[in-house]
Amino acid sequence: MTQLALVIDLNVCVGCHACVTSCKEWNTSGTAGFMSDFNPYGKDPTGTFFNRVQTFEVGEFPNTQTVHFPKSCLHCEEPPCVPVCPTGASYKREQDGIVLVDYDKCIGCKYCSWACPYGAREIDENQKVMKKCTLCVDRIYDETLPESERKPACVLACPTSARLFGDVNDPDSNVSEQIRDNGGYQLMPEWGTKPANHYLPRRKTNITIHRDELTRVDNPLNKERQLSMPDDDEQTLDDIMSW
Amino acid sequence: MHPAFSVIFLTTLIGVGQGLFLALYTGQLYSVIKVLPVQDSPGFYGYGSLLALVFLAGGLFSSFFHLGRPERAWRSAAKWKTSWLSREVIVLPAFMGTTFIYSMIHISGWNPVLFALSDAFIVDLSLFVGAINMVLAFALFVCTAMIYACIKFLQEWASPLTVVNYVLLGMASGFALGTAFASFVESDLINFYGGWAIVLTVTAFITRTASLIRNSKIKYKSNLSSAIGIRHTNIKQKAQGSMGGSFNTREYFHGAKPAFFKSIKWIFLVMVFVVPVALLSGALASNLFALFVLAFIVQYVGLLAERWFFFAQANHPQNLYYQTI
Repeated sequence: MTQLALVIDLNVCVGCHACVTSCKEWNTSGTAGFMSDFNPYGKDPTGTFFNRVQTFEVGEFPNTQTVHFPKSCLHCEEPPCVPVCPTGASYKREQDGIVLVDYDKCIGCKYCSWACPYGAREIDENQKVMKKCTLCVDRIYDETLPESERKPACVLACPTSARLFGDVNDPDSNVSEQIRDNGGYQLMPEWGTKPANHYLPRRKTNITIHRDELTRVDNPLNKERQLSMPDDDEQTLDDIMSW
Repeated sequence: MHPAFSVIFLTTLIGVGQGLFLALYTGQLYSVIKVLPVQDSPGFYGYGSLLALVFLAGGLFSSFFHLGRPERAWRSAAKWKTSWLSREVIVLPAFMGTTFIYSMIHISGWNPVLFALSDAFIVDLSLFVGAINMVLAFALFVCTAMIYACIKFLQEWASPLTVVNYVLLGMASGFALGTAFASFVESDLINFYGGWAIVLTVTAFITRTASLIRNSKIKYKSNLSSAIGIRHTNIKQKAQGSMGGSFNTREYFHGAKPAFFKSIKWIFLVMVFVVPVALLSGALASNLFALFVLAFIVQYVGLLAERWFFFAQANHPQNLYYQTI
């Protein structure tokens, strides 16, 4: 069964918020209604967003890592927000696993937001209904767009390709390969929600060098057992011959 | 969580209504088996259950203020198979309707005998409707409490104690109101209701204290490491993704000062349990109507504080993503 999802690579996310603005731009212009803002230029600006980027500092200076952490609906395979909805406005699509809200059925009781451990849902203070990431369901199937653009707006906007989009249940998809090969993980696995979105961890490329690898082993004299190995600070035959 | 007054009034008011109905029906049932004296049918059971209906209607009215789209509230009966909220939405009006029928049977006096279980136990219509309504009253308690208890990651709520407390606190306040009502109509059930109000209040004190102790010892399953998936003991948040706050910073935090938050706990412990028991004891000794009313009012105001604390105390795991609030 298809389960569309995002894979977010924390190793390359630079925290530029392009995904946030691109998401807002696309989804506020949609037919489902705009995503309202309040006090956008005032003292306490607030508004509806499907996606936010947070920043964490890990470790003590000087051994610190700055981790930018994009956060949106994870489209769980066992979404706890769906069964609690009294109206059925909150639902998970059979065909692609996207968790959506029917804005025409939602009564704005906020119960689903209580039932989401990730805080992925927000009430739109203007429309008074619950809103959340739709994985840009209104563009990924839009055949009037060129095929390369049938991706969520955040994925297209990311300048470092930190956001990947695909079917995590297809073992041969790019996202599945990335999860397998680069240690993709889920958030708060302890609640059994089985988030479809995965995160790729910060990773360093290390090479292990043993001491004997620092010493020349191609010394022909040593090979012939005619002379003992020169000390580390002595010249070897290679050193002499190289000039 | 951010305590919403609409839900605080909803849960406390319907609790009183359910408790009062259960008190009245217990009185009627006991009178049939000759444990208690029979009361005036319209004046006591009839108008008493109308009073319960007033509280239930108040709760229902209050609940609409919680909805962003109250005009669509009828839709919320759809998903009763999975949602406790949907079940509550069905059971509350059903309970109100049956309470109204029960009240009207007594007031109109049209109360035919349906069948007899024995020579002494004759079931008339009001007794039969009341039995159905009693089941609905308990079902409503369970639905209301399970809305909170079923969210497993809100660990303060995810406990059978939540259900026990909703039942006992609702019944305690309902029996306290029943005592005041019995005093008002000068019924001889004052001591019966007053005694049970005290027993229920003391029992609720034990179970509510048990939940407070349980909640003070909770080990949270989630932490910042599991929330963002980085194994480190020293993670500091530098940006929350918005400058002026968001739904996430408003809905899930009670926003009260720690001193205020702590004081509410002691206020409700005194007002829900200590003062009402003292007042009820005094009232039963002196038989003063005003004291019975005062006992109920103090307990109800205390219950508002209790419910505020119940919501405020719950720690939502999404708060891990908002460390600097």
